[in-house]
Parts: sequence; C-alpha cells; structure tokens
Amino acid sequence: MSSLVKCPHCGLRPREEFTIRGEVATPRPSAGADEATWFDHVYLRDNPRGEHREYWHHSSGCRRWLVLTRNTLTHETSDVVDASTLKTEGAQ
Amino acid sequence: MRYSALSLLGNAFSKNKNWKPAWRNPDPKPNYDVIIIGGGGHGLATAYYLSKVFGVRNVAVLEKGYLGSGNIGRNTTIIRSNYLLEGNNPFYEFSMKLWEGLEQDFNFNAMVSQRGVINLFHSDAQRDAYTRRGNAMRLHGVDAELLNRDQLREKLPFLDYENARFPIMGGLMQARGGTVRHDAVAWGFARGADQNGVDIIQNCEVTGIDRDGDQITGVQTTRGAITCNKLAMAVAGSSSHVAKMVDMRLPIESHALQAFVSEGLKPFIDTVVTFGAGHFYVSQSDKGGLVFGGDIEGYNSYAQRGNLACVEHVAEAGMAMIPALSRVRILRSWGGIMDMSMDGSPIMDRTHLANLYFNGGWCYGGFKATPASGYCFAHLLATDTPHETATAFRMDRFARGYLLDEKGVGAQANLH
Repeated sequence: MSSLVKCPHCGLRPREEFTIRGEVATPRPSAGADEATWFDHVYLRDNPRGEHREYWHHSSGCRRWLVLTRNTLTHETSDVVDASTLKTEGAQ
Repeated sequence: MRYSALSLLGNAFSKNKNWKPAWRNPDPKPNYDVIIIGGGGHGLATAYYLSKVFGVRNVAVLEKGYLGSGNIGRNTTIIRSNYLLEGNNPFYEFSMKLWEGLEQDFNFNAMVSQRGVINLFHSDAQRDAYTRRGNAMRLHGVDAELLNRDQLREKLPFLDYENARFPIMGGLMQARGGTVRHDAVAWGFARGADQNGVDIIQNCEVTGIDRDGDQITGVQTTRGAITCNKLAMAVAGSSSHVAKMVDMRLPIESHALQAFVSEGLKPFIDTVVTFGAGHFYVSQSDKGGLVFGGDIEGYNSYAQRGNLACVEHVAEAGMAMIPALSRVRILRSWGGIMDMSMDGSPIMDRTHLANLYFNGGWCYGGFKATPASGYCFAHLLATDTPHETATAFRMDRFARGYLLDEKGVGAQANLH
C-alpha cells in the first residue's frame, strides 16, 4: 500500500494519519429486519481479491469519513471520495 | 525409504548420491475420492491422516504454488495449547499431543522443541485473567504455571521490568509449548502422505468448481479438469476467494501479517516470550536469529507482504519489552495472508453443498493447530461427523449466536 493517501479535503497525506474501518457493507438493516438479514450484515463479508471499497477515517487530519477503492492484491488506490457522497438507498 | 541412523550412515558411505526425492511429482489422475484444495500445512496434514488413520488413499492435494510456499513456511513456528474456552482447549491440547509424537509418527525430523511459552502480564487485572486461564488449562489437564516477577527474572533477566507504562509483574508459562521447524512439518506430512499413495500436485491452481445441483462433481484447474467424490478446502488466507467459486460468503476477512528474523546472535532467549501490553512475541531459532512478529496490518489484503508502518509498530513493542533489541539488526521480514474470522476462532465444518467441506478461519493461530486440524478435518471427511475435539468450530455458530470468542476480539485491528 502506498505511504501516501490522497484525501479529497487535505490532499496527499501520510497513511499513518488514517484509521481503516473495513468493507463498505450493505446499508444497516432496519431494527425489525429478520435474523438472516442481520446475520448477513454483521458477519458476512465479500472479502474480494481485487477492487475493494472500504471506510477510512482521516483521524489525524480533517476527521472526515472517506470511502477508498483499493486493490487488495496490489494495494493500489484508484478512488477516494467523502463518505457523505455515498448513496444510502435501501437504508431505513 | 525409512529414514534412520542406518540409512544416514549407508548414504554417507555412498557419498550421499543415492538419496531419492522425498515425494513424487505426479500428474493429476482424472478422478479422486477426495480432492484437498491447498497444499499447506493443514491440507497436507489432512491428506496424511486421511491416508494413515482413516484408510482413504485415493486422495489428491492441489497446491497453487510450490509445496510450503504459503503460511506453513511464513509463520513464527510457535506451538502451544494455552487456551481458555471449552471449545478450544481440548482441540489445541490434542494438537500438542500430536506434536509430541509427530516426528516418530511421520519419520521426519521436525525439530520439535518444547522450550516453553511465557505470556507476560503487566497489571493486577491481567494477572487475574491469566490465573483464570491457567486454572482452566489445568482443569483440562494442560500444564500451566504462574510465574511471579522474581521467578521470571531468573529465567528472563533481560526484560524491561521497570517499564514506566507497562511494568512486568509476572507471566503465565506453558512449559510444554515451544517451537517447531515449520518447513519440515510441511515436508514430513507431504512425504508421509505421498508414501501412503496421496498425489501431491504442485503448481496446480483451482480456477473453478463444477457442480451438479448441490453436489460437487470436480474442479477445473490450471492442469485440467479433475473429478472427485468429496472436495475439501484448506486454503486459509484465500478462503473467501475460493468459496466465491461456489457462491459462498464467509464470516472472514483476509489480512496481512508480517514476521521478522534478526541476524544470528549467541544464545539469548531460550523460550517463547509474548508481550502482554502489545502484540509482540519472540523466540530464538536454533540458527541464532530472533524470530518475532506483531499485529496484523489492519486492512484487507491478499498481498503476501506488509508495510513499514507495521514494521515500526512491531519494533516499538519489541523495544518496550526487551530494550537490548535496539542493537539488533533485522535480517528479513515477510508477510502472509490470514483468514481473520469474526470471532477469532477457526471454522471446520460441512457446507451448504453436500460433498464440500471447509477448513479455514485460523486467524493468526493456524500453525500450532496443524496436526489436529489435519486429523480432525480427515475425521470429518471420512465419517461426516466432527472429531470430538472440534465440535465447536461450526460454520453456523455466528448465526446461532454461539461465538467462540477466546480473546473477545474481532477480525480487524480496531476490534482488538
């Protein structure tokens, strides 16, 4: 993984400034969703070998949540956007 | 050929020109009773015990790279059975017992060295937790000894006992724990399985899995299609990747973990020591190098390498525990891919497909489990029922709420 990450707000910043949260999962199910839906959301992962979208927090910078698209095999980052731009269709 | 003092002597007189390869290098047959995907420690051990104990000999082990190129040759070689939970302890103790007789069993020198494993504690609360763990171990018939600071000083005088932030108060020791030469484990199991008729097929990557309804019929590989009656996955690190071929999603993330070895030193550390205040563990190899490691990198990865940030982190933790390490130069570092399961415990079970069996999710603790994992997985494959020590490693435990949370940690570094 590169040592520098391009934050959309702060520009190129050292990787140590970021906290990685992991896979951008399906939107959080409603409280009344059935057990299978909750199990899927809480425990199951796509865990792809290749392009992977994940939440990063610029914890020692602008403190914004970001969504990185990163290749898990080569560690190359192809896209970084602010998490607020993410569509949350299906969330309740 | 059986290795013995006599065979060593005989071959010495013939100038060591007559040694034969330790295993064959066969072409795949069109059909096998059991195909094991993954020629790592667990896959080879499974083939060994399947052929030896359960009499299933028409078996192939398919390995993507060369034998021993994955985590079996990348770990820090530690064996121990200092587990707390009912579902874990008997399994790891079974593994320890297999380690103790392994070299005689598969007639190969794996350099099993029961030099002891000591986990340090740094607070009253941590001592209480280790006391509980030690008691649980002893109730299961496993050796455990709580060392106070003075006892520890005699054994390990070089630790930083007066560390301002994490003073060392003592340690929990399992004297039967230790290290094993990891490559020799792969070679010993491979040789033993090969002698029993198992085909070990290297440089053969599985690219697809053929299905007929809920039955597996065979696999597509880079060396052609092979059919089978039962298919077994032992590909920890790449479990999600292979499971995707049969539309399975797993409670697993793949993370990179690094290990390190220093330049050779005179005898310095004669046990395995783990830091209780951070993630750091160290032992000294017979060659003199300090073998050590730390935490996972903290991001999903299938690249068998880590990052400098983690190197720095591991070095800092090591320095906090043993200040003398500041003078030691690191010779090499390397990385492997861990199947990080959601509760930190492995999965060994049947799957939603009738003749597909899964073994994975070993997190960063798979090496010590190698013999028992092979034995129990072979038991599952041969009898369709879990071995008595491996009944807790069920695939459906997450959905049922029966997590096996030995350490109470999750898959990612931020859940540790």
